[in-house]
Amino acid sequence: MAKTHVTMKVNGAEVEGLVEPRTLLVHFIRENLLLTGTHIGCETTHCGACTVDLDGMSVKSCTVFAVQAEGSEITTIEGVANADGSLSALQEGFRMMHGLQCGFCTPGMILRAQRLLQENPRPSEEEIRMGISGNICRCTGYQNIVKAIQYAADKINGVEFKEAAE
Amino acid sequence: MIPGPFSYHRPATVADAVKLLSTLGDEARPLAGGHSLVPMMKLRLATPEHLVDLHGIDGLKGIRRDGNRIVIGAMTTQAELLASDDIAKSLPILQEAALLIADPQVRYMGTIGGNVANGDPGNDMPALMMTLGAHYRLEGPGGGRDIAATEFYQGAYFTALEPGEILTAISVALPAAGHGYAYEKLKRKIGDYATAAAAVVLTMAGGKVVSCAIGLTNLHETPLLATDAAKAVIGTSLDAATLKKAAAAAEAIMSPAADARGPVEYRKHVGGIMVTRALQRAASRAK
Repeated sequence: MAKTHVTMKVNGAEVEGLVEPRTLLVHFIRENLLLTGTHIGCETTHCGACTVDLDGMSVKSCTVFAVQAEGSEITTIEGVANADGSLSALQEGFRMMHGLQCGFCTPGMILRAQRLLQENPRPSEEEIRMGISGNICRCTGYQNIVKAIQYAADKINGVEFKEAAE
Repeated sequence: MIPGPFSYHRPATVADAVKLLSTLGDEARPLAGGHSLVPMMKLRLATPEHLVDLHGIDGLKGIRRDGNRIVIGAMTTQAELLASDDIAKSLPILQEAALLIADPQVRYMGTIGGNVANGDPGNDMPALMMTLGAHYRLEGPGGGRDIAATEFYQGAYFTALEPGEILTAISVALPAAGHGYAYEKLKRKIGDYATAAAAVVLTMAGGKVVSCAIGLTNLHETPLLATDAAKAVIGTSLDAATLKKAAAAAEAIMSPAADARGPVEYRKHVGGIMVTRALQRAASRAK
């Protein structure tokens, strides 16, 4: 099958490559760009481990072809830290609140949460839970992931984070 | 899982898309949001040789008013529907249903056109469109035509679309001011298709139902309009006996498949409950 030339901006850098039309975006990111922070979990659009930000949308990169991303701007987990290399509010939140155990779902969770907080800077607990409902975690029971996102929201909003009593 | 090989086309106009689809024939499929088609391709349940991506066509996006109708471009995503103030004001039932479709990531990509045109009995929008009396705009090699949503669905994945035709827009007459609405969907978990779902749009006056339409999702190989059930509630105050009668009339036309969501009897039973709940909630919202 003839290959197609694609160009896109990933984490601020112009990238290009030759792909078959059937190449999924997640494979292009991991195998052509060697950005292996984006994980392949279920490969069936359920788990959200492969979530990246594409032109302002959270998408499951296992269900988008690389050719569809031609000309787009993409952010992966490698592109979320602050410009000086320090952890972003969300990364810090996941660290401080123990928002991960095995870490497999974390890149997708953080990319999804980042878009959620841009669209809704002060989400309620319910809105956070619905907002990450396309991302599956099999370790944490979500409790600490929700806390991590609340921590990040408060940090971004300049509010002191207070853990809700359990 | 990587799908089988195919050639990728990205036309810039509806005319070019129609031309490609009619020239390439059965082996070509249009690609909208792709969140039904791509998973099917991974499983080799669909093996198109050509994909005609509709994302490059500007004319297929957006929500606009046309007199007393709302016209929604087929490539409008569920996320865009949810963000639209116009839809929030005039067709809030679309947002209620869209929020119950899949999950946020899928809603950024999934389109209303794909949802209604795919013919999947599990999709939520088709029954809703029948309930709202929507019309679909189809463009094909022989020109354009309009078809009522009620005439569109012929069987599971079989629709009135002719070879080379694509669905380009959905047109819905604005429901009466003060109408009541509800979409009740029972599902096992986020992202699942309905075990059973019911859409209700009604108007009330003096505590009695004046007009009513009821649609059913995933309770037959096509979406259903429960006309006898709707008739049963006209002129009533939705008392317990009437609700029971309406649920029974709706259950009488249901023929769901037995699957992992439950046996036939269970799905019909909860289908009746969805109808009852949707009627009650719609009535509570009617002004």
